[in-house]
Amino acid sequence: MRVLVCIKRVPAVGGRIVLDGADIDTRFLGFTMSPHEECALEEAVRLVTAHGGESVVVSLGPPESEEQLRYALSLGVERAVLVETDGGELGPRATARELAAVVGAEEESGGTFDLLLFGNEAPDSGDFQVGIRVAEALGRPCVSGVKQLSIEGGTAVAMRDRGRGMEVYRVRLPAVVAVKEGLNLPRYPSLPGRLKAKSKPLARRAVVGGGDGLRKVGLRVPDGDARGTQSLGTGPDAATRVVEVLEELGVLAP
Amino acid sequence: MILVLVEHDDGVLTQLSAESVALASGLGSPLHAVALGPGSDGLRALPAAVQAVHAGLGSLDAYAPRAWAHALADVVAAESPTAVVAPGSERGNEVMAYLAALTDLPLAANCLAATPPEAGGAAWSLVRSRWAGSLLEDAELATGGPALLTVALGAAPGAAPAGSGSPQVVVVGTVPDDADLRVVVADHVQPAGDGVSLADAKVIVSGGRGVGGEDGFAVVEQLAGLLGAAVGCSRVVTSEGWRPHRDQVGQTGTRVSPELYIACGISGAIQHMVGCKGARRILAINTDPDAPIMSKADYSVVGDLHAVLPAIVAEIHRTRAERAAAV
Ligand SMILES: Cc1cc2nc3c(=O)[nH]c(=O)nc-3n(C[C@H](O)[C@H](O)[C@H](O)COP(=O)(O)OP(=O)(O)OC[C@H]3O[C@@H](n4cnc5c(N)ncnc54)[C@H](O)[C@@H]3O)c2cc1C
Ligand SMILES: Nc1ncnc2c1ncn2[C@@H]1O[C@H](COP(=O)(O)O)[C@@H](O)[C@H]1O
Repeated sequence: MRVLVCIKRVPAVGGRIVLDGADIDTRFLGFTMSPHEECALEEAVRLVTAHGGESVVVSLGPPESEEQLRYALSLGVERAVLVETDGGELGPRATARELAAVVGAEEESGGTFDLLLFGNEAPDSGDFQVGIRVAEALGRPCVSGVKQLSIEGGTAVAMRDRGRGMEVYRVRLPAVVAVKEGLNLPRYPSLPGRLKAKSKPLARRAVVGGGDGLRKVGLRVPDGDARGTQSLGTGPDAATRVVEVLEELGVLAP
Repeated sequence: MILVLVEHDDGVLTQLSAESVALASGLGSPLHAVALGPGSDGLRALPAAVQAVHAGLGSLDAYAPRAWAHALADVVAAESPTAVVAPGSERGNEVMAYLAALTDLPLAANCLAATPPEAGGAAWSLVRSRWAGSLLEDAELATGGPALLTVALGAAPGAAPAGSGSPQVVVVGTVPDDADLRVVVADHVQPAGDGVSLADAKVIVSGGRGVGGEDGFAVVEQLAGLLGAAVGCSRVVTSEGWRPHRDQVGQTGTRVSPELYIACGISGAIQHMVGCKGARRILAINTDPDAPIMSKADYSVVGDLHAVLPAIVAEIHRTRAERAAAV
């Protein structure tokens, strides 16, 4: 089984967003990837462990995206490809074009990937489209929003939330699946995994080029989230006030 | 002309569809809606701005995203709209991504506002929701065809799903092809669990890393039990395996809107707050008075949750006993 996973380097924003002009000020931030993509990596590693084969991880981004790719390698992914940008955002249409080109090149040398795994949406830009665009470019079926996945012979059985229940999709491989957190519980890298990751192959490619049409002009923090916090006290003594508030809000009655 | 894809529950537009109609109606005229799947030709009492409804795939019982995009593309080809707008729902975003891929046009997802190009200009001005609504993006969209946009909740909060309009219905004759029918809902599975679901709960007691471990949730569950509340948690809790992911509140978990959200040992990361900001009131209990959540909540208690929660539980018992005795 051959599985390819696409991940995106994003700033690990915490409790407050600080902007530097029109962008997030990342000077004091670490970087990470989407929880959805962490689940995609975990799924790839499990599938290859179960069925044999190879997993490959791809990211398009600045040279520093090597950090996220090495993380993926430390989990057990075999190889990485980095499509290097100058750090600017390409937009989802251009990104999909670049990623489809990488898949094409990888398949030419190594054969078709049974599965291409994506996050359902990137956490920063939230475009909800890169996986579907890559699938269409390659003429493959795509299921998105997937929270449960199993491979039965040459078929992927994928489930996604719908109301209180779940929808079931069955698609023939090769296929594209865009996943959501909850798909599995991702492992943490082991120490041997981290050591091995340092020497695993990581190929660098240049961007092919071509525009998107969608262009970020700048970011702003929305206003109006402040609630005007009222202190109810400190420690167990606050319980009396808390219960008064529960009563005021009408949620105390049994 | 402007096209807007709408979704409905038993003939009534979803709130996000109503907001999409409201946003779309400001982009030009005439405004035509597109409704797909069974029952789509039965939409009545639509917002007055909608002048016609293109209804298609009425006999396709199971949802098939590419077939929907195919039908939408057929309407686009016939009507040459300047914009195609859809709700930024799971299906709306998905269908529009297929439409964008099929037409090789750019797509701007989760817009809160849109302005058509000025006379002689080429680019649409957009405001998009980013980081699940924690940030706004000013963006430009230059497209060789219609502007493809999906709409985020909050774009037109006052928009009403129903109106007095009963627009003319135009039947869309799209017949899905083989590629369209490779991805189709094959089955539905109903939930096994009972209990209060996060999405419907009136009160949620939620725990974060500060709870300290799986066993630490006993006291969270105890308070939840007393209040008939659901138990929620932060991502740290699910990553550690202390609770299942269905309990996770936030950007990659569930968005909740209870009357009261009690956040215990949760720091208030933006990805968590987008999940609970729909709560009418938030109460934060945290040892650190400077934790971000302590200034994002309505009420705060500084203290160790393992001391504060038992005290609240005791106080509730006391109040209820007192009340029972008084009757
Ligand atoms: C793309 C992306 C998506 C994400 N999606 C989500 C999501 O959906 N949901 C989510 O929750 N997070 C999400 N996160 C993670 C998020 O950024 C935070 O890491 C996470 O919310 C922190 O969880 P926490 O508040 O429990 O832990 P911490 O940030 O470690 O905070 C623990 C808090 O507990 C307090 N505390 C410690 N001991 C006690 C005690 N005894 N009593 C009271 N208080 C105590 C501490 O003072 C601290 O404030 C996402 C991150 C990314 C990058
Ligand atoms: N720059 C990128 N590099 C690699 N994968 C990406 C990139 N951008 C998006 N993706 C993949 O596409 C998914 C959906 O992204 P989007 O359509 O932008 O919301 C992400 O979760 C990733 O799996």
